[in-house]
Amino acid sequence: MPTPDAPLVLGIETSCDETGVGLVRGTTLLADTVASSVEEHARFGGVVPEVASRAHLEAMVPTIERACATAGVRLTDVDAIAVTSGPGLAGALLVGVASAKALALGLGKPLYGVNHLAAHVAVDQLEHGPLPEPTLALLVSGGHSSLLKVTDLTLGVDPMGATIDDAAGEAFDKVARLLGLPFPGGPHIDRAAASGSSVYVDFPRGLTARRDLERHRFDFSFSGLKTAVARWVEARERAGEPVPVADVAASFQEAVCDVLVRKALDAATSEGIEDLLLGGGVAANSRLRAMAVERAEAVGVRVRVPRPGLCTDNGAMVAALGAEMVARGRTPSALDLPADSSQPVTSVLV
Amino acid sequence: MLLAFDTATPEVCAAVYDADTDEVLVELVAERPMKHGEQLAPLIERCLTTAGLDRRDLTAIAVGVGPGPFTGLRVGLVTARTLAHVLDLPTYGVCTLDVLAVEAVESGLVAEPFLVATDARRKEVYLASYDAAGVRREGPVVTKPAEVATALPVVGPGATLYPEAFPTARGPQRPSAAWLARAVAGERVELLDPDPLYLRRPDAVAAAPRVPATPGS
Repeated sequence: MPTPDAPLVLGIETSCDETGVGLVRGTTLLADTVASSVEEHARFGGVVPEVASRAHLEAMVPTIERACATAGVRLTDVDAIAVTSGPGLAGALLVGVASAKALALGLGKPLYGVNHLAAHVAVDQLEHGPLPEPTLALLVSGGHSSLLKVTDLTLGVDPMGATIDDAAGEAFDKVARLLGLPFPGGPHIDRAAASGSSVYVDFPRGLTARRDLERHRFDFSFSGLKTAVARWVEARERAGEPVPVADVAASFQEAVCDVLVRKALDAATSEGIEDLLLGGGVAANSRLRAMAVERAEAVGVRVRVPRPGLCTDNGAMVAALGAEMVARGRTPSALDLPADSSQPVTSVLV
Repeated sequence: MLLAFDTATPEVCAAVYDADTDEVLVELVAERPMKHGEQLAPLIERCLTTAGLDRRDLTAIAVGVGPGPFTGLRVGLVTARTLAHVLDLPTYGVCTLDVLAVEAVESGLVAEPFLVATDARRKEVYLASYDAAGVRREGPVVTKPAEVATALPVVGPGATLYPEAFPTARGPQRPSAAWLARAVAGERVELLDPDPLYLRRPDAVAAAPRVPATPGS
């Protein structure tokens, strides 16, 4: 639904290695421009904070320019600025926050410092309309694995569970490396798994044993799974046998998705929530998307997943949450807004 | 109206300079050291309000490009680049050590060749050498004080931090936004693009061979 009179909101995202600038009018997406430094990190096997921060500085203004050109708007048309204030890499966040403040100062427009995880939820409104209240969100990425109960996204979200060790995306990266696949691991494992057997190895499902469920019913653990895969691969290598990469990738991916979907649906049904939203980079995984849809249907839960390009970090999601803040009349942030690397998910607007 | 600011040292500072009257209208220093990201934008806003100016009255931006600790330095540079883009203004980058040099010469604190040294942490200093007129001859570099020990006058906090290497300390201790503005307006310094002088590579090592997860293997 086009919203011609709604405020034009520019969103900036720099919490990790993507410099994202999005433009949203109401709930209409006008531009989603991302410059990524992922290739610069590949040889280090993970994101190097200082490399990411340097790349953000260089990409910031050009990305703003490209977003405006794509949307066909002038910067002076922008009505409000939103920026990820946390959580994320401190130095990386700071580049986006400082740039957003300069935009707010230079344009004389309000600034909204918003939560990265809440933005991953908000982005779905651009594709699938207003979020049902409540919605259960499963956010999975290289830095996060969380189950959130969302009622009014502009006021706060209730964390129901989270990883107690590695994030799901981190496990994908580590297993990819083990299998000789490039960084970032997610898309490469997804591709390799397509031709493998998901039941080739029965890898462990973390925190699903009865005694774990008592304390960690909605929490995740992927560290043990990663070690199990490593041991399995090493045993093969020691025996001088080839490692069936596609089968291991598929079996590993199945174990991750199984736990994510199982716990997400358990959380939804236990709270009587009928809508499950997937978000974050790992939500771009084809098996996770398919499994969530299939199993949710069986228990009467509807699934919403943004297209893969909006699951990974981007500026449109920040603009989407900013637009929601404007629409609901929330108070803008002060110019001394800090970047908070460990901003809790309960704090959606700073 | 020239807006000048520097975030290359723990002290965040900003000033507005009127080129028509050759006057610094306002100069402010942040209340607390560090916290560049939190303090710079409000400081700029206060500069404009105090000088009774609107953001559209600005005609140019001057920014210290370091060398200095990276995180704070980037706050200043991304602020300068973004503001300049929004307001369609020219931006002049200045080596932060040059600002200290110009102030030292113009205030009569040095009259002979000298060095400027600031804190580069990790027991090192950012260093540049200047002639008696305050024109940079060598540097900036990042180095250990003992390797460049000298009896020449040394301006900046490097001398107070490492008196054994730099016994002849001279003021000023911190770059001033007012002097940054004067140096740019009077073309007393080399004008650079608003690009950071990092001088150090990122701390990052290529991925190490993987450690076996199987004990004893």
